[in-house]
This record gives sequence, structure tokens and C-alpha cells, in this order.
Amino acid sequence: MRRRHFLTFSTTALGGLLIFTLDRRPMRAHAQSERRIRVQLKFFDEQEALRVSAAAARIFPSDATGPGAPEAGVVIYIDRQLAGPYGRDRYRYTQPPFEEGVPEQGYQGKATPREVYRQGLVLLGQDFDRLAPAEQDARLRAIETTYFFRLLRQHTIEGMFCDPMHGGNAGMIGWQAIGYPGPYMSWSGHIDQHYGKPYRPKPRSLSEVVGYPVKPWEEAE
Amino acid sequence: MKSLPRVDVAIAGGGWAGLLMAKELGARTGLSVVVLERGEPRKAIDYFNGMDELDYAIRLRMMQDASKETVTFRNTSQDRALPVRQFASFLPGTGVGGAGEHWNGVTPRFLPDCFELHTRTVERYGAGRLPANHSIQDWGITYAELEPFYTRAEKLLGISGKTGLDPFEGPHSEEYPTPPQKMGYFPALFSEAARSLGYHPSPSPSANLSQAYRNPDGIMRPACQYCGFCERFGCMIGAKAQPTNTLLPVIARQKGVTVRTGANVRRVLYQGGKATGVSYVDSKGAEVVQPAGLVVLASWTLNNTRLLLLSKIGEAYNAGSGKGQVGRNFTHQASAHGLEFFFDRPLNRFMGSGGCGTIIRDLDGDCFDHGPLNFLRGAYISAYAMGSRPISNFGVVPPAVKATWGVEWKKAAIDAFDCTATVGISGEHLAYRTNYLDLDPTYRDSLGDPLLRMTMDWNDNERNMIDFLSAKMARVGGEMGAREVVATPMARHYDVNTYKTTHLQGGTIMGTNPGNSVVNPWLQHWQMPNLFVLGASTFPQNASGNPTLTILAQTLRTADAIVDRYLRDPGPLA
Repeated sequence: MRRRHFLTFSTTALGGLLIFTLDRRPMRAHAQSERRIRVQLKFFDEQEALRVSAAAARIFPSDATGPGAPEAGVVIYIDRQLAGPYGRDRYRYTQPPFEEGVPEQGYQGKATPREVYRQGLVLLGQDFDRLAPAEQDARLRAIETTYFFRLLRQHTIEGMFCDPMHGGNAGMIGWQAIGYPGPYMSWSGHIDQHYGKPYRPKPRSLSEVVGYPVKPWEEAE
Repeated sequence: MKSLPRVDVAIAGGGWAGLLMAKELGARTGLSVVVLERGEPRKAIDYFNGMDELDYAIRLRMMQDASKETVTFRNTSQDRALPVRQFASFLPGTGVGGAGEHWNGVTPRFLPDCFELHTRTVERYGAGRLPANHSIQDWGITYAELEPFYTRAEKLLGISGKTGLDPFEGPHSEEYPTPPQKMGYFPALFSEAARSLGYHPSPSPSANLSQAYRNPDGIMRPACQYCGFCERFGCMIGAKAQPTNTLLPVIARQKGVTVRTGANVRRVLYQGGKATGVSYVDSKGAEVVQPAGLVVLASWTLNNTRLLLLSKIGEAYNAGSGKGQVGRNFTHQASAHGLEFFFDRPLNRFMGSGGCGTIIRDLDGDCFDHGPLNFLRGAYISAYAMGSRPISNFGVVPPAVKATWGVEWKKAAIDAFDCTATVGISGEHLAYRTNYLDLDPTYRDSLGDPLLRMTMDWNDNERNMIDFLSAKMARVGGEMGAREVVATPMARHYDVNTYKTTHLQGGTIMGTNPGNSVVNPWLQHWQMPNLFVLGASTFPQNASGNPTLTILAQTLRTADAIVDRYLRDPGPLA
């Protein structure tokens, strides 16, 4: 049995408003409350989660153009994906022999996403989350061409824009940032309207649309 | 090994082709028919809570499980093939309905000259213009012969569209069953600009209904809601024609037809030149023999070819000698990715449907003179509002932005997200002697059978075609008011990393004689008259347009031939 690990968020540290999902429930906390939120981790330990979170925050930063990976809960998304069937390559062909191919033949590595992250955490370094942003960027640039970085970048985008049931895109802030409304059942009255003008309905999650909690695939087994 | 009671017809594969054949035989004969589908059962209701991009479009929840079976891939015969460890370049379906569940529903008819590709091309340009290593050939049928079946297939699905706007389309004996879908902003812009430049835009034919429709079997389907979840998803309301909503309800009422899931057909059994049935592994891992009087393979391009190779029916193609038919003329789609238009206005492109768009065929097939050009054939060019989802589409930035992560990239990608769109160039992929399928000598599936090996590379014809068409479309982009148009040239080599289409053709091709094909023009095996092969594995080469409608039309034609001729006098139909 692995020891239970939690990621603790300070709401004040995140600049006033934190919208976060815990067990797929949207949760709001305001800075004034000085609350700390503890989220149980399924794959990373707390130190690993802080480092991955810091790296995702450099890929999709929180800045003047809006919230980023920390507010969306990208690290929680990645933690759950790695803990689930994807993380252990349940659906990838993993028969040997493993040979190095040409790029056209796709990823031929033996390492599962979990193993790629364990190796990647070493590349990031023990102190990654305590470095200044410029130093973090320099370290990421040094590993930009690794498979780990490619996965981390892709997973950061997934964690920004997935349905909140997967642990990312908390409060649908990723969708709000790009004007994506989520899975509505019908745009029949709108598809040939609003030509050239922004049409921005309020984002809704899949569970809100269908009216009951939907179980994500990573929890189906 | 367990042996079951004999049935009249065993069909391997429960997708569009297999279920359509079952439905036709169930309706018009008293035969006992069993459809053997290796995947799970599906019901239309399954899709109600399936509008999740991550699980379905990224993790590929509806697709074939690559951990159990995939294909291997190499560019040339000299290279070592390695397994496609996760599908990306094309996405094989699985389960009842197959890829017909998660398609986009785009249903063009092929241009008439596609069926006589070799003859027409030589007639107009001379044999000297054919690429040196080509293996293009005629299909053995003509558009005119197929036309009534196109019409029947369109009525079965209720295709939305309008004839008479595209001067290049083949004759239609009837108007489309339902009017075109509504037009989203991006395709509307494209239409207007293309028309002003002298092209002939027309609404895309679509299996996503523009209005409620009752088909000749009495199946009612509702109008599309433009939710934007078609490709890689099942339709939650059944507006998109899928085998589960169009064929299964009819089959459910037929006494003679059984659909058996979890039945993974591994061999066609035969004796004395005739098929005697199939053997399969059931969901519990038991080997089962299903004796049958007639065997139909309808298990998609790759698996149809693999089953013939594993069963040792016909001679495997040898690329060195050029001998053998099974596995040859394997084609994909010459498609350009990243012909990206950047606008300074929002497109609201989260709305749409798989068939919501406009097409032009002015630069398709031989609709324009190739005399002075350095390539043959062309592409089906389209602008769709298919519903753009954020994980798949976020991150596109203008070329001036070099960063792929961080502050600058994030801002540019957010700004561009709803202001970019892609024009689709579905180029015709010619058949070459060097692109083919055979069995891999090293890698095996979870049951221990060799994987199929694909050997595939691009040639100059595709590259030159895409360059030419991208330049033409860049002009349309300018006319549309695009701030910037970015055309990425075709990759030097074929790769399995980037999605192209799921239009794979060939391997068990049809043709005019046993010396150039596996099946005759009735899709009947040349040497084994009680074995039929359905689907795009029978196409001698890719024909630019999406293959499903042609697969359905050919299946209907073969069903007629079986019912009207074969059953009366079992034997070769050609």
C-alpha cells in the first residue's frame, strides 16, 4: 500500500480566486478565507506533484492574459491519468522486441507514461519547484526535445481543456479563456447565425449537460 | 474445438458492409445468417453521455484496442517494420457498427472516371504519363453500373445534399433524399470566395440529416443538432446514420439473422476450392468453428486482407516479383495537413457537424487539364464546420510565433484559437507496386497470429499535387479575407504519427480478371465462388472522396447478385 499523499493548495498563493475540482465537484474558495485545500494524489507524491505542477505552469503560465495550469488543476489531471489505464499503457501495443525506429514509425519506447514521468522528474531536478521562473524555463529548454517534455506539454494542454470530470480545466477556466462552451446538445438555432461575431455561451460540463455525474474512462476499470 | 450447427451465411465483421449484407439477406431470403463481430455490442443509447473529447477523441475509446492487435509499418521493402504501437495515422473501429459509428458522415459519390482510372488516364495523356512504379487499374465496373446502388444507399441513409450545383458530379437518377445541412460561417465564407474565383462550390453530401427522415425500411431518424461531436463519437440522437441506428433495428426483427459479438474470426476454412465456414475465438477465449455455406468477409480493409493471408487463400503479393494478388494496391489518402487559414474574426467553430460544409471538385480527379502539370489526378477540397474541440485544436499559432510553450505561445494560441480553420485537401492516392500489405515475420497479436505489415511511402505525384492545390487554396484564403494562410508541404515520407483519414483501400482488390485482382466485379473471390469480400479492401486505389457511400453501394450490388443470381445457380458470377 502506498502512503497517502496530498497536494496542498494555499488559496492566497493563487491570487485571490481558486476554482478547483475535488472528486469531480466544482469548488470555489476565496482568498479572504485563507483556506488550504488538500487534494489526494493517486500517483505522484507531494514533492513530485509540486515539481510537475511547476513545470506545467511554465508551459501554460498564469499571467496577464489569464489563468494557467495551476488554477486549472493540470497536475491533478496528470496524476489521475497516470494512475489509470493510460498511465500503465493498457491500450498500447507493448509486445517486444523494442527496437529504435525512424520517427515516421512513432514512439517505440518500452517505458509507460508512468515510467516516462518518473524519468522526467529526474530531468527536472529535485529543486525544480523552488527555482525562479527564468531558471525553470532554462531547465525546460534543455529537455525540450525529450519524449517526457512532449508528453508533459501535451498533457498540460489536455489538463487545461478536458472536461472537469477528469480533474483538469477546473471551473472550466480553460474553456472560458478560449471561448469554448463545452458539450451542448444543440446549436441548431445558431450554426448559421452570428457570422463573424463572437458567440460565447456560458461553458457547461458534460455532467451539467446530461444532468448526472458521468464516470470518466480512467475510472472505468 | 467446438463446432456449431451449420448456417447458410457467415459474415465476418459487423460494420456497415457486414450488417448491410445481413439486412439485405434477412429481408429477401429465408437464409440463416450469422454476423461475427469481434468487438462489443452497442446500442444507440450508449452515446448519450459520450460527448467527452478526452476519452473519445484523444484516448480513442471507440477504436480497436492496439494492445491486442495492431499492424507493423515501414516505408519501403528495404526497411525493418516496427509495430504501430498506438493508432494515429488512421483509426480502425471495433464493436458493432465498426468505424461506421464514429465517422463524420461525409458521403460523396466517386467521380465517374475513377472506376476506369487506367483506361481514361492513358486515353487522355498516354501511358508515358503514368508514374514509373504505378499499379493503377480499372475497377471492372463503371459509374453507370453503380449509379442505381448509389441512389439506394443514399435513400437508406437519408443523405442531405443537393445535386446540379457541381458540374463534375456523375449523373444522379434522383435528387438527394433530404436538402443540404445548414451552413456554418467558415464554409459559407469559403463558398463565396471560391465562387468568386470561378470554382463551383456545393453543399457537402452528409449522412447527418438536415431534417427528420424515414428511410425505405421505415427507420426514422431526427435532424442533426450541430453539436460538433461526430468524428470519433457516436451520435447521441441518431441524426448521423450509423449501422446501430440504421441497420440494427431492422435486423432485430429478422428471424434469420443473428449478430454474435466477441467473436474474433481468425481463419476462413475451406476444402476442395470451396469455403466451408470460419473459425473464431469467442470472448472467453474458446476456439469455435462456424460451418457455413457462404462466407462473407466484411471486417475492414486491413483485416479482410489479413484473413485471406492467414487462411492462405490466393497468392500473397510479392513486391519483388510483382506476382500474387493478396495485399497489393494498398492506398491511403494524399492529404495536406495544416493548410491553416488565420482570420481576424471569430468563427464560432465549436458548432457544426461532420457533413456541415462546402466542397469543390474543380481540382479533383481529371476535372482540370494535367497536360502541363507534374502530377496526375487531384483532390476533393472541402471547408467544414465540424465542431472544433479544444484539446485537438489548441496550440495553432501564426508562423511568426516560434515558441511552442510559455507566455508568448499561450497568448498567441488563445488569440488564434477561434480565428483559425483548415481547408481539407483529400488527395487521390494512386496505387504503386511498392505500397502493399503482407504478414509481419516478427510481431504477433495477443492470440499469437502474425500482425499485418504495411509498406507505404509517398511518391512525387502526391507531393506535387498537394503543393499545386495548396497554392490554389491559398488564393481562396486571401479572397476570404484570411490574414495569413500557412501551407505545410507534404512530409517527405509517410508516417504513422499524424492523423490523415481512416480511408484505407486495397489488399483484396476487384478487377477484370484473376490475373490482376482477388475478387471479380461482383466482389466474389475468383477462385472460391462461395467467398465474398466487402469494403474498401476491394478498391483498386483510393478515389479522393470518402469511401463509405461507395462501400454501401457496392454491398447492395453484391447483395442483389447473391440473391438474384448466385443462390439460384451457385458458382462464379463473372
